[in-house]
Amino acid sequence: MSSLISVRGLTRIFDVSKPWLNRVLERRPKAYLTAVSDVDFDVEEKTVYALVGESGSGKSTIGKIVVGLLSPSGGSVEIEGIDLSHEPDAAKVDRIRSDVQMIFQDPYASLNPRWRVRDIIVEPVSHRGGDTEGLAEKLLEQVGLSAHDASKFPHEFSGGQRQRICIARALASNPRVIVCDEPTSALDVSVQAQVLNLMSDLREELGLTYLFISHDLTVVQHMADRIGVLYLGRLVEEAPRDRLFTEPKHPYTEMLFDAAPRMDAFGREVNPPQGEIPDAINPPSGCAFHPRCPIATERCARERPEMRTIGDTRVACHLAE
Amino acid sequence: MTQTTDAPPVLSVRDLVVEIPTRAGILRPTDGVSYDIRRGEILGVVGESGAGKSMTGNAVIGLLDPPARIAGGEILLNGQRIDRLPRDKMRHIRGDKIGMIFQDPLTSLNPLLTIGDQLTETILEHLDVSQSKARERAIAALEEVGIPAARSRIDSYPHEFSGGMRQRVVIALALCAEPDLVIADEPTTALDVSVQAQIIALLKRLCREKGVAVMLVTHDMGVIAEAADRVAVMYAGRLVELGPVQEVVETARHPYTAGLMASTPRASLGHRRLRQIPGAMPRLNALPTGCPFHPRCDRAEEKCRQEPAPSLGACGGRAACWFPLDPGKEENAA
Repeated sequence: MSSLISVRGLTRIFDVSKPWLNRVLERRPKAYLTAVSDVDFDVEEKTVYALVGESGSGKSTIGKIVVGLLSPSGGSVEIEGIDLSHEPDAAKVDRIRSDVQMIFQDPYASLNPRWRVRDIIVEPVSHRGGDTEGLAEKLLEQVGLSAHDASKFPHEFSGGQRQRICIARALASNPRVIVCDEPTSALDVSVQAQVLNLMSDLREELGLTYLFISHDLTVVQHMADRIGVLYLGRLVEEAPRDRLFTEPKHPYTEMLFDAAPRMDAFGREVNPPQGEIPDAINPPSGCAFHPRCPIATERCARERPEMRTIGDTRVACHLAE
Repeated sequence: MTQTTDAPPVLSVRDLVVEIPTRAGILRPTDGVSYDIRRGEILGVVGESGAGKSMTGNAVIGLLDPPARIAGGEILLNGQRIDRLPRDKMRHIRGDKIGMIFQDPLTSLNPLLTIGDQLTETILEHLDVSQSKARERAIAALEEVGIPAARSRIDSYPHEFSGGMRQRVVIALALCAEPDLVIADEPTTALDVSVQAQIIALLKRLCREKGVAVMLVTHDMGVIAEAADRVAVMYAGRLVELGPVQEVVETARHPYTAGLMASTPRASLGHRRLRQIPGAMPRLNALPTGCPFHPRCDRAEEKCRQEPAPSLGACGGRAACWFPLDPGKEENAA
């Protein structure tokens, strides 16, 4: 199988300096936040690749770079072999853009309240001058709503129904890849189940590829084929789903699994993880996880671990084996 | 107040009804809810948005926003009714006897005061101690919730703390006057997984060591399973199931609880399709007749459409349902 999305050495640095005058008066240097640092991964066609991590791990930044909402500071994202930020041929860029769509976390914020559902859904197509006759109605039925809903406004729908509208809009331009940034985090469990099932069905019917971004390990375990774990902007471990959940190799992955609440662990006494996510502007030296790592050695503080391949897992840890 | 083993439960809610009069009619976000919480017990209250979980919690601490009001039933704290107390009496009970932890730690702390000021203010209000004693107590409270270098950080402002640390400050604030009951409304929803585990472990430890009764309101079944002793499941303002946490999670009796459990993705279930409950929670102004769950229930019969579901106490069982699931005879997958 060929990889549809190929991310190489992806880096994104944000300038978070104070305004110029403050810097001069307070004699402060410029401050930079490295949100994503040297991330490599491939997403194969018709699979679900999940990125998990806590806040500040850079997962949403990667998602935005993949759809082209942000440009990378370094490295490249190739989709179908075309690098969006360096491709000179505008027609090719436009084709890729319509092949990659996105579903956002908050279905209340991602639909224009003044537009009718029909106009929201067909916008990706009408913008490119495509034929939109009956398209919204067809898509609404495909995502489990009724064709009559096309002339309603977003406020007439519940959160789960709005997320279905977002999915319909993402499907409008007949995409190959959908980047889903926490698509169910704002939804209740029973509605989350409906949306996740719908996404699985659509994937089978339409042969979609998902880049699935989430902080919820149970959802990721349910949806993903391959999972990348991010910590402070770096990929620390990547493995097929079952391998990752049965044999986590990076101490951070293990810590995440231990900390996640489980429904079969009644009255479990967890040994809660130590410390918190460090400041991304001044990250720790060496391996960024070493101050919280239970097995860290002196080498971890000094030397950043390279990504190594062990079996079908890739892991960035000196001590993993 | 010292407690003996046969003392009344710390909190006892009896047939609580909360009403919101609107132009379109009277809404009942909480309808006939009854439960007890004993000393040192964590009662989990779960349900989806709009189930009335927070409304019940707010009614207990007397913080219902008008025009919402308690229209029936009673709330007893250590055997004494608190639902009809005048505002200033209730104000004293809040903080003194009942502590509160809200979802967003940034909005429940005053950004203009140091955390030390906020803690000593609460301590001075409720306990008869001097200013310097209050400060010592505040430092002790911060140490208790695991804030490193409490003595030097007590003069920091809320924005100088991370989200997890801020939630610890809120917990310290809730516990500094040594309440008997703590109401924690989604205390970990805004936090990351690793910090959530720390906060849950902290709540459990404090509950065990101080014998505080905790009402833990959340939508996260995993948190409930790990932290709670008993769990109350709410749907459309009603209590549909109440029982020990392991029994409710593993062998749910009410079809809604069973559906909720089956729709939660779980490691043990693997990659297969999630079971989904069709439809969505009804709006309060359009509640169906009979049992409010019947339009979404696959076991509903004529009786469910006609008659209101039995109340938990009356049917003597765990679930407020005419046809509860019997896990002995059939699997939950029914």
